[in-house]
Amino acid sequence: MDLALQLLFTGIGIGSVYALVALGFVLIFRATNVVNFAQGEFSMLAAFMMVVFTLKLGLPYWLAFIMALVGMAAVGAVFNLAVYYPLRHRTYLPVIISTIGASIFLANGMLALHGPEPEVLEGWFETPGFLVGPVYVDSQYLLIIGVTAILVVLQYWFFEHTLLGKKLQATSQDKEMAALLGIPVAAMIMVTFVYSAVIGGIAGILVAPVLFVSIGMGAAIALKAFAATIIGGFGDVTGAIIGGLALGVIETFGAAYISVPYKDGFAFLVLIAFLIFRPRGIFGERVAEKA
Amino acid sequence: MSTTASPATEVARTRLNWGVPAYILFVAAAIVFAVLIPKTGYILNISLQATTYAIAVLGLTIVLGLCGQINLAQAAFFGLGAYAVGLGQTEHGLNFWICLMIGTSLAALFGALLGASTLRLGGHYLAMVTISFQQILTLILINWIPVTKGPDGVRAIPRPALLVDGSYYLGLCIAVLAGLGYLVWRLRDTRLGRAMRAVRDNELAAGVAGIDIYRTKVTAFALSAILGGIGGGLFAGGFAYVSPDQFSFAESVVFLTMALLGGVASPIGAVIGTGLLILIPEWLRFLKSIPGLYLAIYGAAVILIVLFMPDGIWGYLRGQLDRFKRARHSVKTGDALQLSGGGAGAETVLEVRKLSKHFGGLKAVDEVDLLIKRGGVHALIGPNGSGKTTTLNVLSGLYKATSGSVILNGQDITSLPPHARTKAGLGRTFQNIRLWRSMTALENVMVGAERPGNTAADDPAAVIARARAALAFVDLEHRADEVVAGFSYGHQRAVEIARALAGDPALLLLDEPGAGLNSSEKVELRNLLKRISARGLTILIIDHDMTLVSEVAQHITVLNFGRHIADGVSADVLQHPDVIAAYLGTAPDVAA
Repeated sequence: MDLALQLLFTGIGIGSVYALVALGFVLIFRATNVVNFAQGEFSMLAAFMMVVFTLKLGLPYWLAFIMALVGMAAVGAVFNLAVYYPLRHRTYLPVIISTIGASIFLANGMLALHGPEPEVLEGWFETPGFLVGPVYVDSQYLLIIGVTAILVVLQYWFFEHTLLGKKLQATSQDKEMAALLGIPVAAMIMVTFVYSAVIGGIAGILVAPVLFVSIGMGAAIALKAFAATIIGGFGDVTGAIIGGLALGVIETFGAAYISVPYKDGFAFLVLIAFLIFRPRGIFGERVAEKA
Repeated sequence: MSTTASPATEVARTRLNWGVPAYILFVAAAIVFAVLIPKTGYILNISLQATTYAIAVLGLTIVLGLCGQINLAQAAFFGLGAYAVGLGQTEHGLNFWICLMIGTSLAALFGALLGASTLRLGGHYLAMVTISFQQILTLILINWIPVTKGPDGVRAIPRPALLVDGSYYLGLCIAVLAGLGYLVWRLRDTRLGRAMRAVRDNELAAGVAGIDIYRTKVTAFALSAILGGIGGGLFAGGFAYVSPDQFSFAESVVFLTMALLGGVASPIGAVIGTGLLILIPEWLRFLKSIPGLYLAIYGAAVILIVLFMPDGIWGYLRGQLDRFKRARHSVKTGDALQLSGGGAGAETVLEVRKLSKHFGGLKAVDEVDLLIKRGGVHALIGPNGSGKTTTLNVLSGLYKATSGSVILNGQDITSLPPHARTKAGLGRTFQNIRLWRSMTALENVMVGAERPGNTAADDPAAVIARARAALAFVDLEHRADEVVAGFSYGHQRAVEIARALAGDPALLLLDEPGAGLNSSEKVELRNLLKRISARGLTILIIDHDMTLVSEVAQHITVLNFGRHIADGVSADVLQHPDVIAAYLGTAPDVAA
C-alpha cells in the first residue's frame, strides 16, 4: 500500500510533464489542424539551454530559466516561419512530414553540437524531498505537479476570459471566418507556436532534474504526450491533461510491478489498446470533415 | 462495346511491346554486369545495401506515394524480414527461402494489424502509431535476449546454396528489385492503384465512388510492409550480420528521406532517392565522424524537399519533360453510353421513410418522406438551411441517420457505409466539386466505372470503353488524358457527372450542379440532364435555380426547416402557398 501511494505520487509527477507537452500538441493541433511532431524537441532544447546557462555560464537559476523561456519563444517563432507557415495551404501530409523533418533536425543538430553525453541539471530546491507519512515527497516532483496545475488554470483563464484568448479560439475553430472578422490569423498562429514552444520548454526544464538531459529525451516525452492526447481524445484540453496523468501512473506502476526494461513500451500498449477499443479517446475527437 | 474498345487497348499494347522487352534486356544486362565485373568488398556492400534498401523504399512508394498514408516504421518491417532470415537460419536451421517467406509474412501480418487498428482514424494517428511500433520492436530486439540475441545481434547468416558468392547474390537482389519495381510501376494503373490514388486525392469522393477506403488503405499499408520484409530478408543474407541499431527509428527516417528525395510517386524515384542517399554519405564520410550531423542534414533535407521540391527529383524531371511533350491524341470512340437505370425493377427507385438527422438539438432533417419513381427527374428544393444537402449526405451515407429508413431499389441501405451504398446503385456529385485532382479525366471516370456492382467493373477493357463513352457523353472525350486540376469549373463539373454516369447507377444524386455555372454553362447542364434522363436514369437533383428545376424536373419535393412542406408534380408544387411563403418570406396561413 505504501509502495502504491509512493508510485501514485511519482506517476502523477511524471504524468504532469506528459500533460504539459500534450497541451502544446493540442494547442497547435487546434490552431493549424496538424500535429507538431517536433513538440518533444522543444522540451529537449529548453533543458539544454538550462544546462548551458546554469552550468556553463554560471548564471543564477531564475535568470537562466527566464532566458531559456525567451529562447524557446524565439525557437517557436522560427519554427512557425520555417516549418509550418510556408506549407499552410497544403494538405496535412506535407506538414506532418515537415515537422518530422524538423524533429530529426533539432535532435541530431543538438547531438552534433553537443555530443552524446547526457547532462545533469540541478533541481530548483536545495532540499531534495521530505516524508509525508509513508510517502517520500520529492520536491522536484512536487514542483512539477504545482507548476502544471498553475499553468492549466492560467491557460483556462487566458482562453476563456481574455480577448486574445477568444481570438485564438476563433482562429482555431474557423480560420476563414476569423479572418473575415478582422482577426489577424497569421499572428494568432504565431502566438500559438510561441506559446506551445514555451510550455514545451517549461515541461523540459521541470523534468530535466528527474531524468538526464539527453538528446533522446524529447522524442521519448513527445511519444507519450501524443499517446496521452489520443487517450484523452484528440484536440481536447481536459482530455490531454487526464490522459497525461493516467499514462504517467500506468507507466510507473507497470515499471514497478511488471518490467523495468519495457517501461517505455507500456505507454504504447495502452495507446494501441485505445486505438482498437476506443479510438476517439475518453472525451472524443473534435474534428470531422464536411461534405 | 468490344469493337469500340479495341483501338485504345491496341495503343496500350504497342507502347508496351517495346517497353517490356527493353526493360527485361536492361535488367538482364545489369545483372550480368553485376555478376561479371570484378569489384571490391566495399563496392559489393554498397551495391547490396542500395538494392535491398530500394526494395523497402518501393514500399513507401505504394503507401505514401500512391495512397497518401504515412509509414514511419519501414525499418521495423525491414528488421522483421532481416531477423527472420537471420534467426531462422542460424537458430532453427531453416532454409533461406522459407525464412524469407516467414519474414515477409510476419511483416505483412504486423503491417495489416497496425493498419487495421489505425487506418480508420486520421493520418496523424498512423504517424504516431508507426513510430510507437518502431520503438516497441527496437525494445524487443534489444531486451528479449534469449530469442533475439539482444544488442549483440545475429552473426554468420548464410546465403542460399547457389548464391553464396556475393556477386551472384547481388544479381538476385537486382532481379528482385527489378521485378518488384515493375509490379509497383504497373500497380499505379490497376483498379487497386487508381483506388489508392483516389483515396489520396480526395477520400470523401473515393468512398462515394464505391471505393472501400479502409480496405484500400490497409492493403496499401500491408503491401508496403511486405516490401519492407522482402528487402530486409535480402539485406540479412547480403551482410551476414544484423543488429537492433540497423532497424531503428533513424533508419525509418532514412527510408522516408530516400522516398521523398527521389520522388514518392514513382518506383523510379524510389531507386534514384535510395541510390543518392547511399552514395552521398559515402562521398561525405567526414560527416559521419560527428555523431548526429548527417541525420540532422537528413532532417533539414526533408523540410527543404517538402518546401521546394514536393514531387522529388524524378517528379521534377518528369514535369520538365512533360512540358516538351505534345498532348497525346485521344482515340475517339464516340458517345455509346448506355445507362441501365438500375434495371427494370419495381416502379420505386428510392423510398425514404421518416428520415431524421439531428445535430445535438438541431433537427437539420426532421421526419422527411421521399418517394422517387423510376425514370424522370425529381427535385428537392427549399431555402438556405432547409436541410437539402444534409438529406443528400444522409442518403449517400456521409452522415448517419438519427432515425428513419432508406430503401434503394428494394434494398435497405439505411445503415450502410458510403461505398456499400454506391455498390447498391447510388451515384452522386458534390456541391463543391470533389475530383481526384492529380489524376486525368479518364482516370477519374474509370474509377467511377469500377463501381462495385457495375457490370463492366471487372473487365479492364470494358472499364476504359465505358469511361470514354461517359466522357464522350459530357462532350469531354478530347480532354480524356489531361489532368483535371487544369480544367475550368464547368468542365470539372462535367467530369464529376461523367464519373457518376460511368458507374451506371440506379439513381443519380446531384448536389447543386448549377452552382457557380455561368448562363451558357447552365444551358448545357440543362441539356445534359435531359439527355441523361432520356436514357432512362433516374435523377434526384438539389438546386436553387428555379428555372433549371422547373425545366428539368417532373416532380418536386420542398423542404423547409428540415421538414417536408410540399410534394407533387412540378407546376402544382411551385404554386403551393407554403412554398411561395417559404421562398418569398410571407407569413404562411397554416403553420408548416
